[in-house]
Amino acid sequence: MTVNILCFILFLVGLYGLITRRNLVKIVISLSIMEFSLFIFLELVGYIDGGIAPIITGQDANAVYVDPLPQAMILTAIVIGLATTAMLMAIAIRLYRKYKTFDIREIKNLKG
Amino acid sequence: MDSLIPLFVIIPLATAFLIPIIGKLTIYFAKTITPVVLLILCFYSITLLLSNSKETYIVGGWQPVEDIPIGIYLVLDSFSILILCIISIIGFLVSFYSFEYISYYTSENNFYALFCLMIAGMNGVVLSGDIFNLFVFLEISVIASYALVAFGVGKNELEASFKYQVLGNIASFLILLSISLLYWQTKTLNIADISEVLQTSDDSAFLKFTQVLLISGFGLKAAIIPFHAWIPDAHSSAPSPVSAMLSGVLIKAVGVYVIIRLFFNMFVFTHEIAMVITVLGTLSMIIGALLAINQSDIKRLLAYSSISQIGYIIIGFGIGMVVLSKGGKVSIAVLAIAGALFHMVNHAVFKGLLFLCAGAVEYRTNTRDMGQLGGLAENMPITSTSSLGASLSISGIPPFNGFFSKLIIIIAAVQARFYLVAFLAVVVSIITLAYFLKFQKRVFYGVNKNYKNVKEVPFAMSFSMIVLVVLCLGLSILVIPSIRELILDPAVNTLINMDQYINQVIQY
Repeated sequence: MTVNILCFILFLVGLYGLITRRNLVKIVISLSIMEFSLFIFLELVGYIDGGIAPIITGQDANAVYVDPLPQAMILTAIVIGLATTAMLMAIAIRLYRKYKTFDIREIKNLKG
Repeated sequence: MDSLIPLFVIIPLATAFLIPIIGKLTIYFAKTITPVVLLILCFYSITLLLSNSKETYIVGGWQPVEDIPIGIYLVLDSFSILILCIISIIGFLVSFYSFEYISYYTSENNFYALFCLMIAGMNGVVLSGDIFNLFVFLEISVIASYALVAFGVGKNELEASFKYQVLGNIASFLILLSISLLYWQTKTLNIADISEVLQTSDDSAFLKFTQVLLISGFGLKAAIIPFHAWIPDAHSSAPSPVSAMLSGVLIKAVGVYVIIRLFFNMFVFTHEIAMVITVLGTLSMIIGALLAINQSDIKRLLAYSSISQIGYIIIGFGIGMVVLSKGGKVSIAVLAIAGALFHMVNHAVFKGLLFLCAGAVEYRTNTRDMGQLGGLAENMPITSTSSLGASLSISGIPPFNGFFSKLIIIIAAVQARFYLVAFLAVVVSIITLAYFLKFQKRVFYGVNKNYKNVKEVPFAMSFSMIVLVVLCLGLSILVIPSIRELILDPAVNTLINMDQYINQVIQY
């Protein structure tokens, strides 16, 4: 349960950064923090107290295994997260070349 | 013979990867292969629609263990095939239109590769019967759309894409969170299996939390009103064919479709959730229309009107859900849901057409500002006529298709005793007519000040527009009972009878 709460705090840290930071790169970092807190939550969903890695050898009949499916899901989600972060950074750098700044207060062409 | 439905994902995906390789040899490869591939998918999906077939396919052949599905399922039923048809028809016309339009930009190969990737992702979302797999396909299509919005790499395009990505990422987080909560509760990812488990559990607080998360996540993708901030920027900055795709298809395939599929076929919806959906739909309808009136940029006006029209679709489904959850007459629910599905098809056609017309105007005049345009009807007769057809259709003038779908939704609202909603739907329809008349007058009629020498657009562009305007008129036949029974009613039945979907997956 403690880990769950810590994971929620990590999510809030990311959310706080997303709302208060004015720098494009810091916004991207905040989004990544939020994303990774979700991955940890997903990992906790499959965790069982005292469970071991689900490599079934048949030697120990009483062994408790953790659920491997969330781990596979996290691997997929990490790959997707990499793609979105790369995309965000690419756009942020392109924006920097156009405006010579990372400050979102300077970048406001679109309104209405 | 095994089912062929994985081809809907495989063919566009393979094309997307072939284009950068073979495209290096000749630039015409990408330009021809994309419309050809989409035309094939178009014919195949229409055949499936008319034969009313239901198919299930297990990826990798992982057979169920003790009747519990363990593999990834692709499920084709009457509802998903309807959306697949929209995707491939609009996709084909848009890619054909791009033949001339996109030579404006450099690196055409990248455009077509991303376009195919987006189509593959959307087809995957629509076919997938596994909720995590659905998330993966959704990310494929939206990442491609982030890149396509920024395709012009100007200041506005990049800013719009960044906004879209930040909001899109938050939506993805909400969706991922709700998927992990569902997995925590049910220990399965298959939509039909989750539904069976949820029917026996009674943890209503948990379910409400998950449902709210799902509405916010997919509502962001569908641009329902409190979550609409990205849509005017993204849709107006993208190249016009992409705007047509985003507004006509993407917000329906990854937004509305998933909300409807999950709420009708996975959850047992409660009265409160049904009311929340109806209220959100009504708000989108009104606020979208009010925001659209004051716009001077053509594509921003169209983007706001998309929000308003999505509102109509959501209202139709919402009224159906309210009636079903209160145990009211099934016939009213059927009418409301059929109206919503009909409007969904119609909106894809006329909003796609309007964005293509806006693209045609921009192609010849290099501006989207309605203050500077005027009197283009003489020089661009095809663009002007087709956009007039689409404008009349979207504002609900008979005999165009938009009239019939709005009429069905309003009749259903009156029968379900949502008099206020019905009244507002009529009022918003009049407001829609007002701002589309403004659009027509400012762009195609009035005095031509600056653009006396513009020509009609090339054949590839005008062909797509003519086909779409013919569809605008032709889709009205869906209101005839015998044709409605063939195309819309099977889809409505799939949504209303939850067991039908579950049986199709579990007993496969």
